[in-house]
Amino acid sequence: MDAVSPVTTLEGARLDGRADDDRATGDRAAGDVVRTIDLHEADVRTLNAELHAPRHRRYEVLNSQGAHAVAAGLREEIEVRVRGHVGYYCAGMNEAAHVVVDGSAGTGLAENMMSGSVRVRGDASQSAGATGRGGLLVVEGSASMRCGISMKGIDIVVGGSVGPMSAFMAQAGRLVVCGDAGDGLGDSIYEARLYVRGGIGTLGADCVEKPLREEHHAELAQLLAAAGLDHATSEFRRYGSARSLYHFTTEHAGSY
Amino acid sequence: MCGIIGLHLRDPELYPQLGRLLDTMLCGVTERGPDSAGIAVYGDPERNPPGEAAVSVLSAPGDLADLVSAVLPGTPPVGVDRAGATTVVTAPVSPEALITAVSAAAPDARVVGSGSDLVVYKDVGRPDDLAATYRLRDVSGWQGLAHTRMATESAITPEGCHPFSVGTDQCLVHNGSFSNHATVRRDLRRQGVEFDSENDTEVGARFVAARLAEGDDLEKALRLLGETFDGFYTLLVTTADGFAVVRDEIACKPAIVAEHPRWVAMASEFRALAELPGIGEAHIFEPAPGQVYAWTR
Repeated sequence: MDAVSPVTTLEGARLDGRADDDRATGDRAAGDVVRTIDLHEADVRTLNAELHAPRHRRYEVLNSQGAHAVAAGLREEIEVRVRGHVGYYCAGMNEAAHVVVDGSAGTGLAENMMSGSVRVRGDASQSAGATGRGGLLVVEGSASMRCGISMKGIDIVVGGSVGPMSAFMAQAGRLVVCGDAGDGLGDSIYEARLYVRGGIGTLGADCVEKPLREEHHAELAQLLAAAGLDHATSEFRRYGSARSLYHFTTEHAGSY
Repeated sequence: MCGIIGLHLRDPELYPQLGRLLDTMLCGVTERGPDSAGIAVYGDPERNPPGEAAVSVLSAPGDLADLVSAVLPGTPPVGVDRAGATTVVTAPVSPEALITAVSAAAPDARVVGSGSDLVVYKDVGRPDDLAATYRLRDVSGWQGLAHTRMATESAITPEGCHPFSVGTDQCLVHNGSFSNHATVRRDLRRQGVEFDSENDTEVGARFVAARLAEGDDLEKALRLLGETFDGFYTLLVTTADGFAVVRDEIACKPAIVAEHPRWVAMASEFRALAELPGIGEAHIFEPAPGQVYAWTR
């Protein structure tokens, strides 16, 4: 499958419900001023050092040009708007912060996110949301292979499709895919819940379709709303663990 | 790790800028492979004059021009251009005749590239320094590729540096490692294919060259490679008129393709593509696992 279909642009998809900010205006109160950091002038280390000890609540990053580790390791409740494409590990380990990327993201987007939110308006490369423990990751376009691999409580909403081997060994959290999912979805999955609106290449080992009950419609509606998407929950199907790989089966002991 | 970049120009107006564009792209993958770098350039009339063959050689003796000229029929003028560890020999004969002459004149030298439209350079060192050594920014042409190496499987030597160019006007660069290369090498040796090294990537290049020699097109050759080879790979393969990308079925090794009406570009990561003209309008995608993507001039 083509894991990266044309970018879906979703309007009105703000994370915090506030009106969209643009450039800094000097006459605002100090806390409201958007601090702009241009990566043509500052390096990523300088950017991240400031974001780790922020003096402002809102930041804008220019000329990211695919740089790695942009806004990684944030721990304060700040807003960061990256106006361009980012490389590997953008917003990795994010805690509390809200990061929006007006572009596409490379490998390991929001890897091991703890809380807060990360939104990418374009596509995401491999391993988006990998091992994430909390927070909300929204990819408005498509995510490629291994999206949500080993997720441990993060919520991931993808406006487009996800590539093969997504939600591999997913332990907890929810993955919502509004397009299609590639081969091996949810292989060796534990207790994460997967919602897919389109087709599935193949289901991975121990991943099965499950009934989409009322409580699932409710949580799916909530996730779609949080992501700013308005698909009907009835268009989705739910997948999860058959729980047959959980325990070592003693009658097979002779085989090892 | 390792980094790959490649650029296939569709718009002839960009040909004079090929070297400058490749240089920018190379800078984007320097960190991925800081120990060596090789480049290949197609269509530069100064480096490989029309009607002549160019052969790239490592460990060339100082008087190679005279030695080669002496063994060629009619002792034609032979050009020799040194850039780091690589010596490029040019002469108005066929690539095969020039390889034979170089091998006869300098038996200890290693031929690492040959063609009638292609020049290959390789050496160890920092990629940005090597770009200056190769005078990459001055290059013109219609297609080029480069590889930055972080050696994991074999020594850091000019011979271990990519691209591997084992057929006329052919190049292959590889990020990853083949795990069954010894088996495939044995099979190819049985068919009469000769090898220069124990390097895994050379086996991939020899396999593709053998398929192309059998009459397969690039797409079919790479599909067969996928059926034959085990391991991790993102490959960029170029020929006298083609440009192709393929990744293994697990696709751990990164690749990103950008397609624009004026060019097709491929790189290990987006950073290398960020400065290309019109990148904002390009169709950017990751090649799907196991699928061959090929473009022809």
